[in-house]
Amino acid sequence: MIKNILNLGDAALYCDFGREVNQEINSNVIKYFYHIKKLNLKGITNLTPSYNKLIISYDLNIHSFLSLKKKIENFEIKESNELNKNLIKIPVCCDNNFALDIKRVENKLKLKSEIILEKFFSKNYFCYMTGFVAGMPFLGDLNQEMRLKRLETPRVKVPKGSVGITEQFCNIYSFETPGGWNILGNTPQNIFDASNQSKPNLINPGDTIKFYRITLDQYNESKR
Amino acid sequence: MNPKDRNYFKILRAGINTTYQDLGRNNLYHIGIPFSGVMDKRNFQLLNSILQNDDNSPVIEFAYQGPHLKYFGKNIFFCISGNVSFKIITKEGAIDGNCYQSYLLKDGDEVDIHSTNKSVYGYFSINGTFGVDYYWGSCSINTQAQIGPNNGNKFSKDLEIEIIHINNSFNERKLDYLGGTIENIRVIKGTNYDYFSNSSQDKFFKESFNITKLSDRMGMRLEGPKIENIVDPNIKSEGLVKGVIQITSAGDPIIMLSDHGTIGGYPKIATVISADYDRLVQLTPGSNIKFKDVSLEDAETLYKLYQMETNNLISQIK
Repeated sequence: MIKNILNLGDAALYCDFGREVNQEINSNVIKYFYHIKKLNLKGITNLTPSYNKLIISYDLNIHSFLSLKKKIENFEIKESNELNKNLIKIPVCCDNNFALDIKRVENKLKLKSEIILEKFFSKNYFCYMTGFVAGMPFLGDLNQEMRLKRLETPRVKVPKGSVGITEQFCNIYSFETPGGWNILGNTPQNIFDASNQSKPNLINPGDTIKFYRITLDQYNESKR
Repeated sequence: MNPKDRNYFKILRAGINTTYQDLGRNNLYHIGIPFSGVMDKRNFQLLNSILQNDDNSPVIEFAYQGPHLKYFGKNIFFCISGNVSFKIITKEGAIDGNCYQSYLLKDGDEVDIHSTNKSVYGYFSINGTFGVDYYWGSCSINTQAQIGPNNGNKFSKDLEIEIIHINNSFNERKLDYLGGTIENIRVIKGTNYDYFSNSSQDKFFKESFNITKLSDRMGMRLEGPKIENIVDPNIKSEGLVKGVIQITSAGDPIIMLSDHGTIGGYPKIATVISADYDRLVQLTPGSNIKFKDVSLEDAETLYKLYQMETNNLISQIK
């Protein structure tokens, strides 16, 4: 299932599962991820699954690239457990103060803002992965006519709770952080909880997300 | 606890980005939590070795300006690593301290850490253990994700730093060492190296880049010749590691540092080798960087040499 293993710097394996982004390739990535995670190998310091790549970071005092690559290539991956498939509903307010990039999106997609939002809220989205910052889910897929590139220069600060789109994906900024996605709104829902160490993420790979629209009053009410 | 038995520092001035750090937290990238941990691992190792603490004992990290601390309790020793100017203020008066040397502190004494010199990070610790909480096995404070002791926030004025253990068998120790800075940073070509034009690949290695003020524990933004992308300014978001150099759509490099985002969507032109990471993070905004290309095999060897050098320094502590 792994097409190729390269090095990412001198202390990580870059496992390539293909160029395309779809749920089938992503499920293969997640199977490898869970398999290796369960083995609890000494000197593996991180595993980062994404759409179609798996990055394996290691301690250079314990492993070298070639020996670890050989080990990973020889794994026989069994069917892993079914991915969790929770349906999670997320409220989003698209007031002008929150929809930071709605004008840019209107111009790029050549659609009126109400049409853009109607299309955005009409679909359920699949969670491919979480990361960038703690708890941030990468969701897909947006309809073809909703796809555009990220900002040319990322914002130094994107407000916490921002809901953004780029290409076929959408996400939720779980923290204030730099970022380059096109922001359509903001959710009052907390999606990462550091005090819950066994399950800090509200959304996990495999989950389905349903966004629904709320007014500014409802937003302020739930922030209270 | 009887207040008379308490040993603690009171923070009179917090300094800049002052936090607890240790070696960081592993195996959480998949939920979006970075390693964190000390930026400059060599200075961390030297400090804990001088103070005869465990390898992963918490230290206090600061950037540019350190904290001003007042001590209350029974006699202890402290030490500072890095390239740092500081004063020790006692009833007898104030003296300038040297880095990599332990000093005695008595009840009521103060340590005033003025600044790091031609470097960014400095480290402070004691012959003992600070009272910290652990989150996923580490006390490192990640202010961006608000993870760690002190509610994941940097230190502020009037905070009290508890000491829960003092190693009473400690005797004064020091190391003669002055860490140097480097301008040439060695890298391995990245997985998207061929996304960039030949002339930009040339420029990346021949010209120098300036470190901008938009640099912190998450990343270092550089300015220099624009790097021209001839394939696609974005890739499908994928995992990052510290030291990765991404090129933004505007053509500028960003180097991922210890609190970096775990996933990114800009093409990777190169990755800083592990042997040069400690010295990279000490380069101040305004200074210049030149990148030098090395092979993976050389990078692995250079890391071993770097570790040997650190161990050699540790063996010279007296």
